[in-house]
Amino acid sequence: MALSIKEMREKIDSGSVSSEELFTESVNLAKKYQDKYNPFVTIIDKYEIDKSSDSNLSGIPYALKDNISTKGILTTASSNILKNYVPVYDATIYKKLKEAGAVLMGKTVLDELAMGGTGTTGHTGVVKNPWNSERLIGGSSAGSAASVALGIVPFAIGSDTGDSIRKPAAYGGVVGFKPTYGRISRYGLFAFASSLDHLGVFARNTYDVAMVMNVIKGHDERDMTSLPDDDKNYLDTIDNEVAGKKLFYIKEILDNSDNDKELAKVIDNFSMVIKKCESLGIEVCEESIDKDLLLALYPTYMSISCAEVTSNDANLTGIHFGVRGEGNTPEEIIKDARTKGFSELIKRRFVLGSYILQKENQEKLFLNACRIRRMVVDKINDLFKKYDGLIMPAASGIAPKFGEGTDKLSDKYLMLDNHLVIGNFGGFPSITIPSGFVDDMPLGINITGRVCEDDVVLNMAYKLENTMDYVNQVAKDGEIDV
Amino acid sequence: MVRLMYKTVIGLEVHCELKSNSKNFSTARNSYSTIPNSNVSVVDLGFPGILPVVNKEAVKNSIKMAIAMNCEIPEYLTFERKNYFYPDLPKGYQITQFKHPIGTNGYVMINVNGEEKKILIHDTHLEEDTASLDHYPAYSLIDYNRCGVPLLETVTEPCMNSADEAVAFLEGLRSIFLYCDTSYARSDRGQIRCDVNVSLMKEGDTELGTKVEMKNINSFSSVKEAIICEVKRQSEILDKGGKVLQETRRFDEAEGVTYPMRSKEDAIDYKYFTDPNLPPIKIDKEWIEDIRKSIPKLHNERFRIYTSEYSINEKDAYTIVRDKNISDYYEECLSLSGDPKLVSNWLTGSVIGYLNKYSLTIDEIKMRPKMLVELIDLINSGKISGKQGKEVFEKVMDTGKEPAVVISELGLSQIGDEETIRGIVLEVIDENKALVDDYKNGKRVFDYFIGQIMKKTKGRANPSLASKILKEELDK
Repeated sequence: MALSIKEMREKIDSGSVSSEELFTESVNLAKKYQDKYNPFVTIIDKYEIDKSSDSNLSGIPYALKDNISTKGILTTASSNILKNYVPVYDATIYKKLKEAGAVLMGKTVLDELAMGGTGTTGHTGVVKNPWNSERLIGGSSAGSAASVALGIVPFAIGSDTGDSIRKPAAYGGVVGFKPTYGRISRYGLFAFASSLDHLGVFARNTYDVAMVMNVIKGHDERDMTSLPDDDKNYLDTIDNEVAGKKLFYIKEILDNSDNDKELAKVIDNFSMVIKKCESLGIEVCEESIDKDLLLALYPTYMSISCAEVTSNDANLTGIHFGVRGEGNTPEEIIKDARTKGFSELIKRRFVLGSYILQKENQEKLFLNACRIRRMVVDKINDLFKKYDGLIMPAASGIAPKFGEGTDKLSDKYLMLDNHLVIGNFGGFPSITIPSGFVDDMPLGINITGRVCEDDVVLNMAYKLENTMDYVNQVAKDGEIDV
Repeated sequence: MVRLMYKTVIGLEVHCELKSNSKNFSTARNSYSTIPNSNVSVVDLGFPGILPVVNKEAVKNSIKMAIAMNCEIPEYLTFERKNYFYPDLPKGYQITQFKHPIGTNGYVMINVNGEEKKILIHDTHLEEDTASLDHYPAYSLIDYNRCGVPLLETVTEPCMNSADEAVAFLEGLRSIFLYCDTSYARSDRGQIRCDVNVSLMKEGDTELGTKVEMKNINSFSSVKEAIICEVKRQSEILDKGGKVLQETRRFDEAEGVTYPMRSKEDAIDYKYFTDPNLPPIKIDKEWIEDIRKSIPKLHNERFRIYTSEYSINEKDAYTIVRDKNISDYYEECLSLSGDPKLVSNWLTGSVIGYLNKYSLTIDEIKMRPKMLVELIDLINSGKISGKQGKEVFEKVMDTGKEPAVVISELGLSQIGDEETIRGIVLEVIDENKALVDDYKNGKRVFDYFIGQIMKKTKGRANPSLASKILKEELDK
């Protein structure tokens, strides 16, 4: 049985296991599963630890998504254009983890440049779902989700621009938390859409998430969007009573007048969760939001994120770093590097973003998207005056099979599969925890709370997960030999 | 002279690198260096994951300039991205200001051939400089030292009508930078550069003609030449009944002609949008006031005071205010109760002559204002002669010793006491009795006597007093 951070901590402290042994076991597991599930771009063999720290994470092995800058360690963002890129500086989050004595054992696969939600577009191949290798794990933090679900590491760091932590967490049956925007410094996170980008944590229980958060949060003078320190220890409040808290769900998103069978199972699971909430004394109410606004979530997200990413990824020219293109002029060299370095999906987003930002389109496509984002956030903040949080199924169903996805923009897809972007629009703290199974595949539930109330969200999730049987679960394949 | 039919309209975009310890958005040093790529950070190089942090000092210097140019300053500053691909721009975008620039609707007064003119400032905004490229036949080299250096871009309205006005504005603007101590503004180091927009309109027309932009002109003399040659080119087109194309042209300094670079159709859409990494920055009113108080009297104001209150001629006044340090030196002399005119004469004559001879700045010379005032006083009060003054001046410049010390070391202090001089005069007459007769017979021996007196006193006798007493004694 894979150990949690808390359990590892106790074992290290009692001397029954050394951190090096934990590291070696983690690396061995990674190597064992790599061929079948492909969670890693790089597995780090060398045990390196800053022993000066007495933090909770000292000696704990972990994995980082491969879009986080690690000095001297290949960091590819799962893109061909960066397949040879070795950073010369450390991301703040990596620095903090290193200083806390956590031991990096691998860099995980993502959807190319963190764009996409399938875990199938990385330059080193698709990431498979540890519960069923015919299914995807979701993305973009695919490898981080898989490595935690497989029990390789007790925690992994991911990034979340639309739902890139919280969706794969649901598909992988693990906990995925994205804190308030600015709670964790983004310095060193390869930008996708800067106004929506968050770093966050995967673990197999919420207590572990809080332990990691205590280390990686905090103001950073290198990131002007980072928040002042909240001077909180999230473990202090994690077991607080939650009776009297109020949550809401959005009626329009859970509408199943089409009698979709898959959706019915999700709603059943959701009803079960609501009962658990009520057993804790949390009141759950139904609220209504203009359906047009909800249908606009996905296009709004696409407009803003594509616009920002066209600009953010303009540094990938192969001139200063990365794979150099060929040609006789700088323009030719850049063009060649970008033509060969990006997959078609990425190019499509760049073209979209460029179109959206064009002078003649910007007002209609970009600025209007920014206004809709504001309207959504205002609406949610308005509801947050009455409620402590929003509770929703994390996805419209279990992890899809490879190739199962469609291009059809159904209401279900537009709303239930994309409502998690609300958390990115408003920078709200948002957590997905496992809530059960359908067809032997995990489902997840999401709680999103008020800005800066990371502690409250963790507290509610912790209490709720302890009413269910999925704490510390490891993927089915993770327990049997492969 | 068909060309007189056209009125020239000029607008300028002036880029000037600001002084600051570190770069505009990174911690790399902002300092001119001839060693390529020695002042560079990961942020300047646009590595994946980097984030910009606004340099408060650069913002302060920009606000200072905005105030000095009489601009309105917004409550919140925002920074926008200007997106384009070029190897001198590692991030693929330049952080600049588009929506809420640091200053808008300002003006700068200039003086051209004795006429005052108000040059309107559309806006002035803070941005980051690009890297510099060196092109060779088979390759190009990139130096990132300049990349990310804070750059203040000042955009005028199209309100200048001659090359002289444009140059007067540029000199005035540079002077403001220097007086505010916000830039070194050295064009030989590319610290001040200029884009020039030129259009012609027929006399009497109300609508502006088609504008042609000339980019990145380094020296003010080139700006002048570029305007003159572009006005000539455009008027020739119009004379022939042709149409001026809206385009960007490059001025070739060596050949003195402009070449087309790109047409309006090829104009780049920079897709400006607010940089999500830089939240709006609130500018406190108090801060603005503090900055306002730190701005010294500018050259225009000083010029006015020197010419009208001190009655210094315009040429000398201009010579003094052209360099703030010289002007500060001058004002320090006056604060030590130096006479405005005498100090001005010494400063624009001997002192600046000395600076030019030895290629020094006024801060580098050993003659401090107190010494110059003392020297002038010594001459004025007759303690030493004007001629001796020159000698003392050189000595003070060489040694940095107080004039009084130099005078006593050289044994120079003038003998102004009548009794002493009379004694010496009598001595000399006594020794040259034969010549007294020559004098009485009208021979020109007076100067010989003076020479002897000076010899005896080692030149220290007050010449006019000696002359007066000698005459008295000889005429007896």
